[in-house]
Amino acid sequence: MTTARDQVLERIRSAIRDVPESEQPEDVVVHRNYLVANSDSSRHGIIEQFMERVAEYKAVVRRVNQNELVEAIKDACHSRGMTRLAVPADLPADWPPSGVEILRDPGLTYDQLDHVDGILTGCALAIAQTGTIVLDAGVAQGRRVLTLLPDYHLCVVFADQVVGMVPEAFRALSATSTRPMTFISGPSATSDIELNRVEGVHGPRTLHVLVVDNV
Amino acid sequence: MGSEGLPTAPPIPFQDAAKVSLANAQLRRNMGKATRTIRGKRELVVAEMPDWEGLREAGRAIKERTIRHLDRALIQLEASVQQAGGQVHWARDAEEARKIVADVAKSHDVKAVIKVKSLTTDEIGLNAELEAAGIEVTETDLAELIVQLAGDRSSHILVPAIHKNRSEIRELFREKLGAENLSDEPKELARVAREHLRKKFLTTTMAVSGANFAIAETGTVCVVESEGNGRMCLTLPNVLVSVMGIEKVIPEWNDLEVFMQLLPRSSTAERMNPYTSFWTGVTPGDGPQEFHLILLDNGRTRALADPHGRESLYCIRCSACLNICPVYERTGGHAYNSVYPGPIGAILTPLLVGEQNAPSLPYASSLCGACYEVCPVKINIPEILIHLRGKVVRHKQDQEGLRGRLDPEGLAMKLLAWTFREPGRFETAQRLGRIGQWPLVKNGTIEHLPGPVADWSAMRDLVPVPEQSFREWWRTRT
Amino acid sequence: MTALAADSDGHVFSQPVLFMRISLFITCFNDTMFPETGRAVVRLLERLGHTVEFPMGQTCCGQMHYNTGYQREAIPLVRHFVDVFREAEVVVSPSASCVGMVRHLYPAAAELANDPKLAEEVEALRPRVFELSEFLVGKLGVEDVGAYYPHRVTYHPTCHSLRMLKVGDAPLRLLRAVRGIDLVELPQATECCGFGGTFAVKNSDTSMAMLGDKLRCVLETKAEVCCSADNSCLMHIGGALHRQRAGVGTIHLAEILASTGTETEDRHGL
Ligand code: SF4
Repeated sequence: MTTARDQVLERIRSAIRDVPESEQPEDVVVHRNYLVANSDSSRHGIIEQFMERVAEYKAVVRRVNQNELVEAIKDACHSRGMTRLAVPADLPADWPPSGVEILRDPGLTYDQLDHVDGILTGCALAIAQTGTIVLDAGVAQGRRVLTLLPDYHLCVVFADQVVGMVPEAFRALSATSTRPMTFISGPSATSDIELNRVEGVHGPRTLHVLVVDNV
Repeated sequence: MGSEGLPTAPPIPFQDAAKVSLANAQLRRNMGKATRTIRGKRELVVAEMPDWEGLREAGRAIKERTIRHLDRALIQLEASVQQAGGQVHWARDAEEARKIVADVAKSHDVKAVIKVKSLTTDEIGLNAELEAAGIEVTETDLAELIVQLAGDRSSHILVPAIHKNRSEIRELFREKLGAENLSDEPKELARVAREHLRKKFLTTTMAVSGANFAIAETGTVCVVESEGNGRMCLTLPNVLVSVMGIEKVIPEWNDLEVFMQLLPRSSTAERMNPYTSFWTGVTPGDGPQEFHLILLDNGRTRALADPHGRESLYCIRCSACLNICPVYERTGGHAYNSVYPGPIGAILTPLLVGEQNAPSLPYASSLCGACYEVCPVKINIPEILIHLRGKVVRHKQDQEGLRGRLDPEGLAMKLLAWTFREPGRFETAQRLGRIGQWPLVKNGTIEHLPGPVADWSAMRDLVPVPEQSFREWWRTRT
Repeated sequence: MTALAADSDGHVFSQPVLFMRISLFITCFNDTMFPETGRAVVRLLERLGHTVEFPMGQTCCGQMHYNTGYQREAIPLVRHFVDVFREAEVVVSPSASCVGMVRHLYPAAAELANDPKLAEEVEALRPRVFELSEFLVGKLGVEDVGAYYPHRVTYHPTCHSLRMLKVGDAPLRLLRAVRGIDLVELPQATECCGFGGTFAVKNSDTSMAMLGDKLRCVLETKAEVCCSADNSCLMHIGGALHRQRAGVGTIHLAEILASTGTETEDRHGL
């Protein structure tokens, strides 16, 4: 009996029999006539653009010095009257604010995550052009569910993690591309009602970004 | 249309189905408003990209490269996914794909699955099959939920409830979800959906998704979404089944740098959509621990076999062609009788099911070309429509025996073509027209036409054939 | 030959113009239904100093057949067109959609005919076939053709001129240079009017819905006439304006460009 696999492949080969036998995929030329990095923007300009674009998604974004970071995290948590905060296992030791119960992964259940007041993470990198934060389960990020169930996501982005354009990001991520990865551009939203973007559906309804000047 | 999302026999012709929606003033207002809004926004986010044309060319070329060597790309994808701990299944048709999903569900004895919006699973009619097997299916996308609650059908590939406005949605939520005192603020409507689905997300152990892209090189699968329901489905359950058409494979990870720029701007008119998930097989301790990828044919190899229609498989389902289409804007999606409506549906549906099974769809266009202009992978939709019209006619003439050959339109066209082959015949016909029109001309105009062209005069007068043709005048000059 | 051209008023154009031998492809539709457009093209091109020829053997480009699916039936018409215009220096036509047919669909028709010789001839002829406005602006480099037309006009860019031939703003440049004209912008100008050839009959309800919106935009401009580069769309728009007794006429671009205010042939529109 021919398997579905054999038959589908056989149908494909028969369908493309007009493609010359000798043709290789690389023979179909892909001209990459598009920008891969902004040549004219300064570091400062890139950070500014990132903050601007994150803010356009109705996320909260704030720029701090390295020595202000711990204080800024504390402010953010306290101003929301937060009592329980989830964090990934490898979050830098001085980040979790005092006066808040810290629930450290691994081992947190869905139910626990559904009932914390927020989650604090770092990120893999960020994209200025689109105001995007990328998580790749690397340092200070943890598994995907951590940034999904809590209603509030506080994310620390170091200035040197911000790239200018989308192609830069994919190229930088290619080494770790088989890790589970999430691109986050603003809080959860929908365009399903009259094709207008409305914030706040299933993912965190508040995204708070702290950009740390470290360069 | 049966439980499957593609027509299996000549359905109600588009032009007749369209009458229903054209007569619905509310629907036309909703559609007009929504498509106008999104068009304007798309134009803005595209205009800020100086390299947009370069991206389109690259996107098209990457797709062409893959499609021309599709067997290789799929074999590579299969190996990569397996290597990463995923299981790969091949499905010749809808039935086979449905059965694979149902078998996975049965093997885990699950009573419920959650779904993230996927055209492919709509195409194969998955929900009905699972429900028949006693498995509860919950659509988690806001618009899908609206459609499911209303017992309605999707009318747009991205925003299935595009035909409903906010107050209609409020009424539905009040009635079906018992959400009293609800305003029609989109924010509040979104909150109701959040509360309604949260428990389902936390307790359901199996999810079904589609896929926007799958990378042959790495085995990485990608789902692009907005609400976070996708992330819920792709992360929380222990078992995940993703159904993808075989044309969704792309060669390399870095190719995403092109598509992840083209897609969000073309679809929801955003620089980037809120959430995009990428996963590769199974990752211990993070997300589903069992992953199945189903590679679906279901007519795609039929489309592939048509060298002129093949490029319809480049489609990344952004829906820009729907939003710009003046026909879709007025008829809505239901008239296309397929999960793929609008310009892309008008070519893809006949290519998937055979043009004789959807013969009116290639005619559901004025050939204005707006779709081609916005398509991020430059699918020449108007030319494929014309190509498919040719196939429809040739099928009628060659396969439908005497009835096909005696078709009045066909005979008229043949007569006309015969006339045009000789300038002498043409000139005689011009004269005959001038004489023959006299019963129709009243006060220098024609207000009523007979027979098959009567519809012309429902709204428009016609100028009579003038006394002297151009060529007759030209002769008087020399 | 290059020279400065002058119109009947002695108005000298700023750009040197090549005097050409132009073969007019009138199209079967204009020949029969709108001969005045053809006469206008002849007057205009001759006024600019060119020689116009009208090969009497011409009939139809085959567009309607081809676009409706009767593609095998269109092949003899493609052959006929190539035969008639093979020797032409340039072919100019006052119809964007027919030029679009020749330029963009003839290669596929030749392929369907499985006739490499026809394909070759099509390739040779294609680059010499022009729509009137693109010919004037793009090929001859003229914008001011010395026309005078003292009316309020709005311009509807047909889909085929806009998106298939990509004539851009050539028609508008020509119109802006017309003396006496009051040119008003058409709202949502680039939207299809709903004609689409046999679409208007096969999908008449949708076609009429599109037409209704186009009419609303035309009427909003308070123009006396709606102008376009294709009489087929104009017949559709004009037919409805006439039915509504809207008091707004339609006119082909060529007729405005041919008008000088002195000739008896000048037409105000339908
Ligand atoms: S055909 Fe092009 S524009 Fe239409 S949905 Fe597909 S990719 Fe988008």
